Amino acid sequence: MNQRPITEDDLHAYVDQALEPERRAAVASYLDNHPDVAGRVAAFATQREQLRGALASIVDEPLPAELNLSHIIEGRKRRPRWAGGMVAAMLLIGLGGLGGWTMHGLLQDGSNGLSSLAQEAAYSYSVFAPDHVRPVEIKASNSAEFAQWATTRLKQPVKVPDLSASGYRLMGGRLVPTSHGPAAMFMYDDDRGNRLVVLTRPMSNRDLATPMMPQSTGDVAGFVWAEAGMGYTLVGQLPGDTLKPIANEIRKQARPI
Amino acid sequence: MKDMLVQVEPLIPALRRYARALMRDRAAADDLVQDCLERAVSRWHQRRDGSVRAWLFTILHNLAITQFRQATARGRHMPIDDAGEQELASAAAQEQRLIYQDVLSKLAKLPEEQRSVLLLVAVEDLSYADAAAVLNVPVGTVMSRLSRARERLLQEMDGVAPGNVVVLRSLK
Repeated sequence: MNQRPITEDDLHAYVDQALEPERRAAVASYLDNHPDVAGRVAAFATQREQLRGALASIVDEPLPAELNLSHIIEGRKRRPRWAGGMVAAMLLIGLGGLGGWTMHGLLQDGSNGLSSLAQEAAYSYSVFAPDHVRPVEIKASNSAEFAQWATTRLKQPVKVPDLSASGYRLMGGRLVPTSHGPAAMFMYDDDRGNRLVVLTRPMSNRDLATPMMPQSTGDVAGFVWAEAGMGYTLVGQLPGDTLKPIANEIRKQARPI
Repeated sequence: MKDMLVQVEPLIPALRRYARALMRDRAAADDLVQDCLERAVSRWHQRRDGSVRAWLFTILHNLAITQFRQATARGRHMPIDDAGEQELASAAAQEQRLIYQDVLSKLAKLPEEQRSVLLLVAVEDLSYADAAAVLNVPVGTVMSRLSRARERLLQEMDGVAPGNVVVLRSLK
């Protein structure tokens, strides 16, 4: 019979009980004839038993609460939504605290609340539009679900504007926090990667209706208006004459039929 | 997530054991396991086919290595675990405990790469192939590290083991 030579690997596998029965028998008979090697192998085996014994009690300890897997899974399900909101809220606070980053244009009075809405849209645009990882929380494929959710949270019917006729695809949306409660944000892009943000929320004046007004903050510009107590704004980094027809389209679609 | 619970939960005690043996500090080890579980939950659907056990140990091992590197960069010493100062009644149990403490402190003197391989193979019962996957090295490297770890631990243990005292006396 052709006996393969015993290797150092065989000796370790013998100690770790990882050999096939046939090979194990071959190693055992080798060790019988080589007491010096057998002594070393026995020492390895003792070492192994001591290590296992020294660490054995750890597996019998009750698991601490923070290692409860069900809790970790639960926490994970809740987190993303909450974390996104917090980041937006913190950035809102952060940006609001920066002097000089103020609204320009026709909306300085703020009497009807549209200036706040325009500012919120600009903040949302600066936070989410440059985001390559997660610009939207709910993807376009779930837009019906998002509309439903936003309707529930805003307590007003929310429709997702369709801007495909203007060459803009819906990327998705998210709820964003404002000092007037939640607002629904929709994001769109075109084939060149230009992104647009539409932000809508109920106005404190439930009957507010205003004409469309241009607005700009820094390099983010767009239009803002109100209709039947809902405020709307469209912002982007495009010239006003490009945005105006898109805003008109949104206004037309948002009107109750 | 149900299958994840069923497959991962029974392995948590072994993950704690590996982390504790590497870190030698209970709180630090459990923090590491918690990190590992959070990653496992978020990446459950990205894992490839194969042993869940090896996958979890890979995540844990990589987290531990990152910690070691940071600790080395900061020049911080790894704290030594007291392993609980409970009273042990019998002399035999006391002696056993001393042997255990001894082997753990000798283990701590091994280079990190030898320590991990010895723990994964000899304590956690990972196959050589799984250990190779966890450590991201070929199986041949696992074998040579294992061999070096065992020889070195044997040398460390020499001179204090009761058996050796007998050998020295018999030389007279």
